Amino acid sequence: MDSTPRAASRVVVPQRHAFAGPLPLQSGARLVDYELAVETYGTLNADRSNAVLICHALNASHHVAGIHLLDDGREEAGWWDNMVGPGKPVDTDRFFVIGVNNPGSCFGSTGPASIQATTGRPYGAAFPVVTVEDWVDAQARLADALGIARFAAVMGGSLGGMQALAWSTRYPERVAHCISIASTSKLSAQNIAFNDVARQAILTDPDFHGGDFYAHGVVPRNGLRVARMIGHITYLSDDDMAEKFGRAMKVDDLAFGYGAEFEIESYLRYQGDKFSDYFDANSYLLITKALDYFDPAAAHGGSLTQALAGARASFLIVSFSTDWRFAPARSREVVKALLDNRHPVTYAEIDAPHGHDAFLLDDARYHRLVAAYFDRIHAGLAS
Amino acid sequence: MSAPATALRPELAAIAAWIAPGSSVLDLGCGDGSLLAWLQREKGCRCVGVEIDDAKVLACARQGVEVIQQNLEDGLALFSDASFDTVLQLETLQMVVHTEGILRELGRVGRESIVSFPNFAHWTHRLAILRGRMPVSKSLPYEWYDTPNLRFATFADFMQLARKSGFTLRDRFALRGGQVVRVLPNLFGNVAVFRLAGQAPGAEPVVSG
Repeated sequence: MDSTPRAASRVVVPQRHAFAGPLPLQSGARLVDYELAVETYGTLNADRSNAVLICHALNASHHVAGIHLLDDGREEAGWWDNMVGPGKPVDTDRFFVIGVNNPGSCFGSTGPASIQATTGRPYGAAFPVVTVEDWVDAQARLADALGIARFAAVMGGSLGGMQALAWSTRYPERVAHCISIASTSKLSAQNIAFNDVARQAILTDPDFHGGDFYAHGVVPRNGLRVARMIGHITYLSDDDMAEKFGRAMKVDDLAFGYGAEFEIESYLRYQGDKFSDYFDANSYLLITKALDYFDPAAAHGGSLTQALAGARASFLIVSFSTDWRFAPARSREVVKALLDNRHPVTYAEIDAPHGHDAFLLDDARYHRLVAAYFDRIHAGLAS
Repeated sequence: MSAPATALRPELAAIAAWIAPGSSVLDLGCGDGSLLAWLQREKGCRCVGVEIDDAKVLACARQGVEVIQQNLEDGLALFSDASFDTVLQLETLQMVVHTEGILRELGRVGRESIVSFPNFAHWTHRLAILRGRMPVSKSLPYEWYDTPNLRFATFADFMQLARKSGFTLRDRFALRGGQVVRVLPNLFGNVAVFRLAGQAPGAEPVVSG
């Protein structure tokens, strides 16, 4: 497991782990012969107790920290590089940190764009719907392969925070600390509504071809673009948008047309275009469905307290005051269920202006708190 | 990170003596978590703090104290009935708007509550009023125009409110310079301390040391 940075460079080389045994999925389907793209940072200690699993959200990947090379040779920093690395809150000088691309995604692990061995063609619409719990099972198999019986921490933001939460009950003996940031135990009707608008944009794009657009040599670019635009709106706060864009115009005079005249239009279109260049439309559908389906309380008569009863971890829950996608009230529901179970929990509500995206940004209060929590985890390893 | 092995301040030691080893403690307005860190370490208590201030929440995390960041004015909806053996509200009651509301919440969540606040009837305060000025003292260190304190009450006032809110008085004393005062506490104590049995439905009496 050696994808540690090359000497004198922070470039991290991803590994690929192949799994021959089929992965049973919640839907009843199975994922056969799949691969996971993985990056690791730091060194696993002698008693294998310092491993930290980082779970990614909708459009992220195993490229958590350090620098990775893009296909065109350009260098790009990991999506949580401000959080994970040497001397950072999740300090890779002390912890062995694992980033893994979830199956169904499109950054190297087996997903809809991968070639299906039985047909020799991309899975496309044939790729099974995967759930948060399925991802957690896949991650647990990866942990087995890496020889990690128990994680010092499983951590994630947003959809990643759902995976951390699922770990705490699905594999209670394998998680010492669960860190769930800007997350929720279930999507609201409003959240699902936004997701479905995004999916409809993709599904109704003539270039979607029922999910088998690969064979047609096209990409449902317009659908992906609109999906990303609507998603992006939910990641920012109203105040943040007002501050960044307001009613600022790109043009001096009104064109009385439908081009990008306001800065916000230009920004969202740019984000949409960029996204449609690299993200797979089927992955977007799958992953938003995984978000919609997640609801651990459902199997317990709606009681989140009962759903979390079996957890054995200590918890750090963090929310951001202006996050209206997964608002602080959603985190407080999780905190209440943990308190009802007498599980150790620390809860911080960070007063930050940046909405849902705040979990990815460099905020001193937020990072100091996570650093303090990881100091505590580290102190626990030594004893 | 374990807390430094410091001794408790004398006024906290008197309060800590009421808390049974191994019991559960919720500290409202827990500050940097020093008392809870001590109770965890020395008495093996299961401790949770509530604090609004970012720096203090961080200090709690650094001491290894579980802390919930919230405004006490929002009530204690996160905490179930009789879910803690003891709820502490130490020298913060005078800073909340809904005094009676939060007091009822203490009684709901805790089997027992310990409340302290600056005693406005301390003789030095009485003297200041006689002189026609609002008191500024060790327990009330703020000028009237620049104080986080919203409520001013006396030892005697609080007894009345506690009874009205359905609490049973278990014990009380006043503190003067960190020392326990049991003689004429309303006159000689600058901090009033009350130990109250909660009015929570189904609350059972706790055994305490």
